[in-house]
Amino acid sequence: MPRIGVFVCQCGNNIAATVDTKKVAGDMSKIPGVVYTCDYKFMCSSPGQEMLKQAIKEQNLDGVIVSACSPHMHEKTFRKASEAAGLNPYQCEITNIREQCSWVHHDPTKAVGTVKSIDLTRMTIQRLKKNQPLKKIKIPVKKKALVIGGGIAGIQAALDIAEGGREVILVEKEPSIGGNMARLSETFPTMDCSQCILTPKMVEAELNERITLLTYSEVEKVDGYIGNFTVTIRRKSKFVDEERCTGCGECMEKCPFKVTSGFELGLNKRKVIYTPFPQSVPNVPVIDAPNCPKIQKDKCGACAIVCGPKCIDFKMEDKLVTEEVGAIVVATGYQLMPNERFGEYGYGRIKDVISGLQFERLASSSGPTGGEIRRPSDGKVPQNVVFIQCVGSRDEKKGVSYCSKICCMYTAKHTKLYAHKVHGGQAYVFYMDIRSGGKRYEEFVRGAIEHDGAMYLRGRVSRVYEKDGKIMVQGADTLSGSQVEIEADMVVLATAIVSREGADTLAQKLGIGYDKHKFYNEYHPKMKPVETVTAGIYLAGSCMGPMDIPESVAQGSAAASKVLVLFSADEMAREPITSVVNRTTCNACWDCVTACPYTAIERDTIKDRKGNIIRWVAKVNDGVCQGCGVCVAACRSKSIDLKGYTDEQVYAALSAF
Amino acid sequence: MKIPYYPGCTLNTVAKQFDTSARDAAQAVGFEMAELPQWNCCGATFPLTPDNIIGLSAPAKVLSSAARQGDTLTTLCSVCYNVLKRTNKVMKESKEKRGVINGFIEEDYDGSLNVLHYLEVLRDRIGFDKVKGAVKRPLKGIKAGAYYGCMLLRPFEDMGIDNAESPTIFEDLIKALGAEAVEFPNKIECCGAHLALNNEEVVTRLSGNVMTSAVGNGAELIITSCPLCQYNLEKSQGALSKQNAVPVIYFTQAIGLALGQDIETLGFDKNTTDVMPLLKKKGIV
Repeated sequence: MPRIGVFVCQCGNNIAATVDTKKVAGDMSKIPGVVYTCDYKFMCSSPGQEMLKQAIKEQNLDGVIVSACSPHMHEKTFRKASEAAGLNPYQCEITNIREQCSWVHHDPTKAVGTVKSIDLTRMTIQRLKKNQPLKKIKIPVKKKALVIGGGIAGIQAALDIAEGGREVILVEKEPSIGGNMARLSETFPTMDCSQCILTPKMVEAELNERITLLTYSEVEKVDGYIGNFTVTIRRKSKFVDEERCTGCGECMEKCPFKVTSGFELGLNKRKVIYTPFPQSVPNVPVIDAPNCPKIQKDKCGACAIVCGPKCIDFKMEDKLVTEEVGAIVVATGYQLMPNERFGEYGYGRIKDVISGLQFERLASSSGPTGGEIRRPSDGKVPQNVVFIQCVGSRDEKKGVSYCSKICCMYTAKHTKLYAHKVHGGQAYVFYMDIRSGGKRYEEFVRGAIEHDGAMYLRGRVSRVYEKDGKIMVQGADTLSGSQVEIEADMVVLATAIVSREGADTLAQKLGIGYDKHKFYNEYHPKMKPVETVTAGIYLAGSCMGPMDIPESVAQGSAAASKVLVLFSADEMAREPITSVVNRTTCNACWDCVTACPYTAIERDTIKDRKGNIIRWVAKVNDGVCQGCGVCVAACRSKSIDLKGYTDEQVYAALSAF
Repeated sequence: MKIPYYPGCTLNTVAKQFDTSARDAAQAVGFEMAELPQWNCCGATFPLTPDNIIGLSAPAKVLSSAARQGDTLTTLCSVCYNVLKRTNKVMKESKEKRGVINGFIEEDYDGSLNVLHYLEVLRDRIGFDKVKGAVKRPLKGIKAGAYYGCMLLRPFEDMGIDNAESPTIFEDLIKALGAEAVEFPNKIECCGAHLALNNEEVVTRLSGNVMTSAVGNGAELIITSCPLCQYNLEKSQGALSKQNAVPVIYFTQAIGLALGQDIETLGFDKNTTDVMPLLKKKGIV
C-alpha cells in the first residue's frame, strides 16, 4: 500500500478565498493510500517546506502531492524539498488549484472551488500511485563553443567564453570580423569613434589563443544535441594562404582591377584582391573570384607575381571542416531593408538619396570621403540635408510592423555629426515619434535639437523628386498642420532593420525558431532572453530583432555566461521527462520520426547474436528529446510512452474523475 | 481576338473620343473590343466604408454580366477600372459579401473574371513591340508627359497594374509610339477629382501643380486614361500662361495618331486645347 501525503496550500487568500482547503485536506485523508494530509497558509515558504520534509521523514511517505499553484511556479521547489527529505523528486506531484481553480471561480460560498479542488487532487493521487521513480539524465559535455557571426555580439561572446577558459570557434562569413559596427563612424550617445572601441576587441579576438577565427566561412550543417554538436563549416576559398600571408598589402596595391565595394555600400571601389577595410582582422586579403580575370580567364596574375611569401594560389578550393562543440551561440546580426522598395523616396533613381549606413561611411574618417560629408553625385558639401525616419519601419504595407528601435538615436547622431562637420548646414528630420528610451538617450536627442540646431518635423514625407539640381522633399508637418516642401542637397533614409538574408535557412539547420520577420525566437522574451528552445543553442544581438550596441554586447556576454555555466561540469543533468520506445511492439512505421520537431528519434536496429539485423525500431535520443509528447500521439501501435506522463498515469488520473 | 469591353457612362457621353479611338486602335493592333450586350453604371465610387456592400452591387452586376461573355473584361476609364477591379476582388475573396451581393442582384458570380485595363491588354496580351511595329506615323519629336492620376494605380495592392511608386507603363507606350517620354514628379499625384463639383479651388491648385510640373519638365503634350483627370487638367490650363497651354489627350488618341488613322476620326475637336498646332509644328500632319 502506498504511503501518500497531501498538502493543500491556502496561498494566503489566493486559494483560500474560494476553496475550503481544510475540507479538501480532510476529504483526501479518506482515500486509500493517503496517510497524511494538512493545509497551510503558504506551502512554498520555509516553514511550509519544512512541514513537507518532516512529514516525509516522520510518516515514511513514498509520495507527496502539493495542491497549490501551477507547477510552472513551484514544482521545482517542492521536488527539491522532497529530494532533501530522501524521496525521489519525481514522486512529488503538483495539483494546480490556483490558476486553474481558485482564480477562475468567484463563488464566495466556496462550494464550486472546493468540489473542483477535491476532484483535481483526487486525480493526482491516482496518478501518483502509478508514478515510477525517475533519474536525471546525465550527458557528457564537450567544452568547446561555436559562435556564428563575428559582429560585436559574436566577438563579445567569443571573448567572454575564451576568458572563462574555454575554447571557441568564431565563424564569420565575410573576410573580416567586425560586422556592421565596423561601418559606423561614431556611436551614440557618447560619440565614441566606433572603430576605436571595436578594433581593440577584434584584435583581442585574433590574439586570444583559445579563439579560432574562421573568417570567410559559413556553417553548412549542424548535427547532434546539447553538449555534443557536430558542425560542418565551409571554408570558402580565399585563394590566399592564411598561414603564410604577412598582410603586407602589396597584392592589393598592384591589382589593376576595381569593383564596387560591398563594405562601403557602393560608395567606393575596391580592388579584386582585397580586405574589406584597413583594420580588417585577420589582415589577410581574399580574391573576389567572380571578378578576378586570372581565375575566370587566366589573364593577369599580378598579385601572385608581387607576393613576397608566394602565398597566392589561384587553384585553391573550398574546404569543409568538421568541429565537435558543446554549445553554439548564434549572433548573425541584421541588414537594412533593400532600398529599392522605396520608390516614393527616389532611392536608386536619385544619387543623393542614401541610407543611414551609407551616411555612416560618409562621416567615417576611414570612409570614401575621409570623413568629410560630401554627397555621392558630385562630391559637393550638402548645405541642406533631410533625414527621413521610419523608412519601412512601423509600416505594415512594407511588411515591417515593428519599430527598428535604433533609428531615432542614430538619426540624432547623424544630425550632430553633420552639424559638427558642416558649419552653417541645416539638418531636417522627419519623424513619427521620437523613441529615445535608454541611459542618456533622451538628453542626446534634445542636444541634437537644442544645441546642434536640427529641425525636427513631425510627419511623413510623401514624395522626393529632383528639380533644377535640388532634391525636393514634400511632406507634412503635423504639429503646425501644414504641408512643407524642402529643397535639399542630400536625403538620408533611416531604412528598416531586417533579418539577414538566409536567416531562415540557418535557423532550419540549427533547429531554432524564428518569427514572421525571420528574427530568431528566444526561449522566453523575459526570463530566458538568450536561450532558444533547442538546448545548447544561444542567441546574441540583432539576429533576434533590432538592437543597439550596448544591448548586443550585453547579450553577447549573457550568452557566453550561459555557455560557461553549461561547461562548468563534465556532465550535465537533464530532466528525465523524455519519451521511451517499447522495442518489442514498435513496428518501425517511422511516424514518430516525421512527427518529432526536435529530430530526437533515430532509426535503430535489433540484431541477433551473429550480428544480422532482425528488425528496425525507433530509438529516442535522450539528449535531444524535449518531452513534448508529439511522438506519443503519433505512434499508431502505442509503443511510445512519455516518462512521467505515461498512458497508465494519465488514464489513472482520468478514471479517478 | 475578342475581348469583352465595358465602356462606362462617361465614354458613352462626354468622352466619346476615348471610346472610339480605343476601338479603332484595338482593331489596328489585332483585337476586337466586344461591348457588353448589357451594362449599367459602375457606381463610380468604391465604397469607402468597409461594410457598405450595397454600393458594390452595381459593379458586381456588370461583372456577372461580363462573366457570361468570357473570362476577361477590359475597360478604359480609370475610375471604372478601379471600381470593377476592386469589386471583383471582394467577390473573389469574401465569401460572406459575395453571398449577400449575389443574393441582392440575383446572380451567381464568383469573382473569376480577369479585369484588365486596356493598357494591360496592350502590354501583356498584344505587346508594346507589336504596337510599335504597327506605327505608321511616329510621334517623333513630341515630348509627352504621362499623367497616371490615382485611380489607375491605387490602392497598389489591389490594382497591381505597375510599380507602386514609379510606374512606367505609360512611358513604355509613349516610347513605342515614337514620342519622347517626359518624367515629372507629379505624375501620380491627385488631380482633385470630384472636388471639381464643390471645391473648385482645390482642383485648380492640384491640377495646376500637375500641369506646371509636367510643363516645367518639358512636356508639350499630356496623355491620360481618366476622363475626370482629363477634364480637370484641361480646366486648370489657366495656371499656365496662354502660350504654355498644352493639350491633354487620351492615350488612345495618341495611339490612333501614331497608327496613322484618319485625324478626323480621333475626335480631337472634343478636347478643349487644340492639339493640331503642336502636330503641325512637329511635322506630324
